[in-house]
Amino acid sequence: MATFGNLSDRLAETFKNLRTKGKLSAADVDGTVREIRRALLDADVALEVVKDFTGKVRERALGDEVSKALNPAQQVVKIVNEELVEILGGQQRRLEFAKKPPTIIMLAGLQGAGKTTLAGKLAKWLAKDGHTPILVAADLQRPNAVTQLEVVGAQAGVPVYAPEPGNGVGNPVKVARDGVKYAQQKMHDVVIVDTAGRLGVDAEMMKQAADIRTAIDPDEVLFVIDAMIGQDAVATAKAFQDGVDFTGVVLSKLDGDARGGAALSVASITGRPIMFASTGESLDDFEPFHPDRMASRILDLGDILTLIEQAQGAFDEDEARKMAEKFSTDSFTLDDFLGQMQQLRNMGSIKKMMSMLPGAGAMKQQLENFDEREIVRTEAIIQSMTKAERTTPKLLNGSRRLRIARGAGSTVTEVNQLVSRFEQAAKMMKTVAKGGMPNIPGMGPVPGGMGGGGRGKPQPKKKGSKSGNPAKRAAENLAIASGEKPAGAGPGAGGGTGFGLGGARKAGGPTEDEMAALQKMLGR
Amino acid sequence: MAERTPWSLSGALRGMFAKKLIDAETWEDLEDALIQADFGPSITEAVVADLRAKVARYNTTDPTDLQRMLREGLEERLSKLDSTLNLSARPAVVLVVGVNGVGKTTTIGKFAKFLRTYNRSVLIGAADTFRAAAVEQLATWAERAGADIVRPQAHGQDPASVAFQTVERAMKDGTEIVIIDTAGRLQTKGGLMDELTKIRKVIEKQTPIAEVLLVLDATTGQNGLAQAEAFIQHAGVTGLVLTKLDGSAKGGFVLAVQEKTGIPIKLVGQGEGINDLTGFTPHVFAQKLVG
Repeated sequence: MATFGNLSDRLAETFKNLRTKGKLSAADVDGTVREIRRALLDADVALEVVKDFTGKVRERALGDEVSKALNPAQQVVKIVNEELVEILGGQQRRLEFAKKPPTIIMLAGLQGAGKTTLAGKLAKWLAKDGHTPILVAADLQRPNAVTQLEVVGAQAGVPVYAPEPGNGVGNPVKVARDGVKYAQQKMHDVVIVDTAGRLGVDAEMMKQAADIRTAIDPDEVLFVIDAMIGQDAVATAKAFQDGVDFTGVVLSKLDGDARGGAALSVASITGRPIMFASTGESLDDFEPFHPDRMASRILDLGDILTLIEQAQGAFDEDEARKMAEKFSTDSFTLDDFLGQMQQLRNMGSIKKMMSMLPGAGAMKQQLENFDEREIVRTEAIIQSMTKAERTTPKLLNGSRRLRIARGAGSTVTEVNQLVSRFEQAAKMMKTVAKGGMPNIPGMGPVPGGMGGGGRGKPQPKKKGSKSGNPAKRAAENLAIASGEKPAGAGPGAGGGTGFGLGGARKAGGPTEDEMAALQKMLGR
Repeated sequence: MAERTPWSLSGALRGMFAKKLIDAETWEDLEDALIQADFGPSITEAVVADLRAKVARYNTTDPTDLQRMLREGLEERLSKLDSTLNLSARPAVVLVVGVNGVGKTTTIGKFAKFLRTYNRSVLIGAADTFRAAAVEQLATWAERAGADIVRPQAHGQDPASVAFQTVERAMKDGTEIVIIDTAGRLQTKGGLMDELTKIRKVIEKQTPIAEVLLVLDATTGQNGLAQAEAFIQHAGVTGLVLTKLDGSAKGGFVLAVQEKTGIPIKLVGQGEGINDLTGFTPHVFAQKLVG
């Protein structure tokens, strides 16, 4: 449902005709608040939370901080983001372990929320940290839930206590109680109790959950909720809070494309922190929850921070410094170009990476058309060159290009395009490295030199310009990334990037022009 | 504890229909109720605008009229498409798809039972070879329903081959209806979605597929539409199944799904009991929803 474009676009639209007026009127703010309301509803944030939230935003938006800002749209988005992060839990909370082991963790939630899978993930994660968890199969309701937990336990390499066969046979309260006792005897330091899925309106089942809770007195009760849930999140969360009084929330299936407004609803209504996010079907797809990233996701601002982290992980710092050196001394060769491309690929799927960028929701189509193998083809071309050619591209005359094209199984045109892309990149990098930074921050003026934007090649489908030149794109991604990063998070920004991006570290987020330019470029 | 309200908007609407006159507050309440039922902002706006126009045209101020118009309006929107299951082919192959945890396996169990009560012979193919113990879960349901099941020979076997073997056996034995379970997959996983396309192709080599049912969880929000679009594209969905209507969720997003995609809702699941699956009737649905 991201087809409406992201919130920043819509707000920019709303504010467009304000330029001449220079001041925000109450009516302008109301229009803005309506857009925000819609965006939040599209993201499945519960209505009562939306109302409360927009009320707060409206108040702040009428204040000085917005009307005096140069870019009101940005300012409003910033306010919205801040408020979201605040509700989602300013800081993360970690699992609280019992002073006297075992620590007892109970899982509860609706049917199909992902409790059993989560039990396995949590167990594996704890085991990795040196704990000795045990799983207790107290879901005796769903057919073969016990078997599933046993399989999951085996995959995680964690023992499972399953005295009852399940399928409606056995008493879950007793199983849970015995499971804890068993864990004490066997010296396990963490007990994870999987319970049956239940509906908030099912009084009998909620009573059972409460009984389990009373029987085992858990240190943590984690409420597992599907990121795709809609308005019902409120009723469900309230029912579980009243029924079992959970201490933390786990958001599951975040690897889908749901915006996950439920996270906001649950956090806001129950006041319980969201502690973990579950992001895939493998047992390793499990991570602590990041409120700030979730806020951006709900607003469709893109997961910039995750992107930065991935980039920092993949880019070798030494390598990067060497590269910067090369740019400035004009010794940047096709070999380096190739190396960078490979580094870029190490960051994972380009598609996945691009989808983390702001506004990616609207670019799904273009992302679909983007061909990952393009990079492989470019690599093939470079690898078909001799050493001399790679260091001195000027050598590349017509017959050499023909030979290379044959060797790489491509055409001379493609070779030509690659060479000209390389030259542009080298030129731009050089300016950048010298500290010029003439264009990057504004990105608006750059398109001429960028990814073929100004070359006016009328080949929309042609991949050439799209895969563009990876070095450049990396630079831009990082420029945006480090730009977006709040000043405090800065330490890695310069070091991890290889492109002399020091200058890109400016305060505040990217401007709307930058966003537009970036989208245009990626979209080609 | 949440009170055990029936699945309906009546709670939310009671206040507004109890009033003497339609006023600004009525409209606001109506909009809120629809949004809380997951109809989504666009459909809600459309429905409210439509009702405003009608109220103006008939010049009424009576909330009871509004209630009736809302019910009729929803019913009209819901009944635009034909919700009959098309199972006349022999064997009639039904492929069941959906994201993780929406209740595919449970639905199949109930659907098999539903067909067995009409004395149709049913063969179930356990092509969810991915999730731990999915085959066992399905086998338990098949046993309860009195249907046969084809299991994968090895864990992690190619689901398409299980589907192929199931259809093959049904054709050999003359089984009337074949239901094939698939692993839950999020619509964003390209590779897994392609796997569905493959399962489809493999089945179609032997016989046309009668129905591809997409199972949607009533608690889902606006993401339901994205799910439907992706599954229609990759699996050629012909009908929707709405599950977990026994909870407090209203599943209003299916209206948007039905309208945007033109795929009708065909079955409705209302509980964990084996008989809790019924055909979809727009009239009953609208009646229950609005009260």
